[in-house]
Amino acid sequence: MSQTETRGSAVAQTTDTEQPPVDAPAGVPLDNRSGRFGDRLFSGISLAAGIVILVVLAGVAAFLIRDAIPAVVASPEELDRDTSFWGYVGPLVAGSVVASLIAILVATPVGVGIALFISHYAPKRLAQPLGYVIDLLAAIPSVVYGAWGALVFGAALVPGYAWLSEHLSFIPIFGPTHSTTGRTLLTAALVLAVMVLPIITSLCRELFLQTPKLHEEAALALGATRWEMIKAAVFPFARAGIVSAVMLGLGRALGETMAVALVLSPGPLTASLISTGNSTIPAEIALGFSEAFGIRRSELIAAGLVLFVITLVVNVLARLVVARYKDFSGAN
Amino acid sequence: MSAVATLQKSSLTAGRLPRWTPWAVGAGALAVSAGIMSLIGFNLPGWIVIAWLLFVPSMFVAARTVEGHQAGVDRFWTVLVCSAFVLALLPLVSVIVTLLVNGLPGLLDPGFLASTMQYATSQTDQAAAAGEGPVYGGILHALVGSVLVTLAATVISVPIGLFTSIYLVEYSQDGWLSRAITFFVDVMTGIPSIVAGLFGAALLFSLVDPQDSLMGFTAAVALSVLMIPVVVRSTVEMLRVVPNELREASYALGVRKWRTIVQVVIPTAISGIASGVTLAIARVIGETAPILVTAGVAVRLNTNLFNDWMMTLPVFIFRQLQNPTSPTAVGPSIERAWGAALVLVLLVMALNLAARLIARAFAPKQTGR
Repeated sequence: MSQTETRGSAVAQTTDTEQPPVDAPAGVPLDNRSGRFGDRLFSGISLAAGIVILVVLAGVAAFLIRDAIPAVVASPEELDRDTSFWGYVGPLVAGSVVASLIAILVATPVGVGIALFISHYAPKRLAQPLGYVIDLLAAIPSVVYGAWGALVFGAALVPGYAWLSEHLSFIPIFGPTHSTTGRTLLTAALVLAVMVLPIITSLCRELFLQTPKLHEEAALALGATRWEMIKAAVFPFARAGIVSAVMLGLGRALGETMAVALVLSPGPLTASLISTGNSTIPAEIALGFSEAFGIRRSELIAAGLVLFVITLVVNVLARLVVARYKDFSGAN
Repeated sequence: MSAVATLQKSSLTAGRLPRWTPWAVGAGALAVSAGIMSLIGFNLPGWIVIAWLLFVPSMFVAARTVEGHQAGVDRFWTVLVCSAFVLALLPLVSVIVTLLVNGLPGLLDPGFLASTMQYATSQTDQAAAAGEGPVYGGILHALVGSVLVTLAATVISVPIGLFTSIYLVEYSQDGWLSRAITFFVDVMTGIPSIVAGLFGAALLFSLVDPQDSLMGFTAAVALSVLMIPVVVRSTVEMLRVVPNELREASYALGVRKWRTIVQVVIPTAISGIASGVTLAIARVIGETAPILVTAGVAVRLNTNLFNDWMMTLPVFIFRQLQNPTSPTAVGPSIERAWGAALVLVLLVMALNLAARLIARAFAPKQTGR
């Protein structure tokens, strides 16, 4: 008896304050104050959450800039090296860009090929499981790729590097000597290629599957072979999407840290891709940050800011490309 | 022989290559390649590469002479597209085999999941490498740290992400604010993880005493920066596909907007939201770089997010490889790293699988009344 009483009063209380009972009849008066309060509270929380995101992003930029300024304006003596900050960060930017570009050059044709295989070549029944298999590549954490690249893949590439340095060493990128551990910029770039492959593949696959069936059938009806149909119907439809998928992959490769940090044994910038040396911004930060204090810490944060700006530019460009081509793709 | 000849003479199949052509050309290419390799010294990758280099042009020439130029080009690209797929399977298979072969011994060490690195020293590792003792040390501290940090990041990100999505879909009338939020969420998706880590470090560095700023909570803040955009993007997609008829039916019954959202819109979309959140968790639990610069490294169990350094699985793997416990006997460290990697990959796969199951379990019933 007393139990029911307490329960009843509890329900009455909630009705009085903010939460009407869940199963309230539809005839609750429309100007019920509790409802209005709930509405206002809910929209207020939602708005606040949206604003928090903007504040966080502004915070990211503000904190990084604040901590980076001392290193950017410091003289070489203060930094304890022979160059200014820009002389320090330049080779790192070059390393990052070169590694990412090689990764993209390798991953783009392969990724587009896989996407085509899944969307237009594989038997229909196999297409979806094969898509899952490629998505598995994306689920593997980057540190595992790093371990694999450093201990397995790099070692497997050493004979190839030996051959390159023996026969092609007149080309500067296959420099005079080669690394005996395989922990080189080219290995890092190839590991990055494996990592961005699923991004390019899954985005392209979605696009290729959306190609209007009528375009494809029209091409086939005119006597086109499968490849001619793909050239005439699928690629024009997906062009902007492929470009933006590649840009997103590039952004990912530029920011990827662990794979490079584990694979590369970092050193000063060299032209040779197959000998020890070179480094990238994320790897430099990851390897150095825990022992960095004072001006060195600020220097690494400034390097992070440079990386942030580069990836931002790449991502915004990807978006602009999509917006620019949306009107021509015939998607709508 | 005569059967093949009659088949080729049939007017329907005339000028077409028989179905077994690719297999025959492939076998021929492998044989020729084996011959070349026997002259210059055999090795497996070289054999396959040369065979492939022979296979592609000979397929093209065969198809071109029998079937014509168009079909030759078509065959050529078919071969390239299929090769791309096989090429992508190589690293996947290699990673999985490596993980299983190298990871299982570590995982099966007694106490691998139940002990920390507190009592594993350079001496015990040297003894283990010399075969005089077991491999001490385990990943308990890293496992607990990973779970706690990821949980904290989820607790921070999911409410913010969920309410932001509700604002974007239900409240904003596509005004400047919602366009700004959408744009910056896209920007956040592209933030490199190490930069998110630097942000977390810089934020807590200035909020609390710099000496104490390296802790689990700092890492959780950094991970949230990576997690929020993923949650927002998937949730917005899911809320957008809730049919407007449901909302209007609810309004027509006099139900307030917030209760419509809580009781009609979200339950309809909950399967997609939950699986999106699970995928976001799966993504951040494998992140290394942001934790490396925010939570430091630890060898003992720490269950307090707000005090002292904390280990997570990815950082454990990185440290064991980069700074082995015993620099002269790295075997046990590498074994532990692969064991931890196997556990991490299993964890991520389980989360991905869970996301699919959640999507199915919570999916709204198709049969209505």
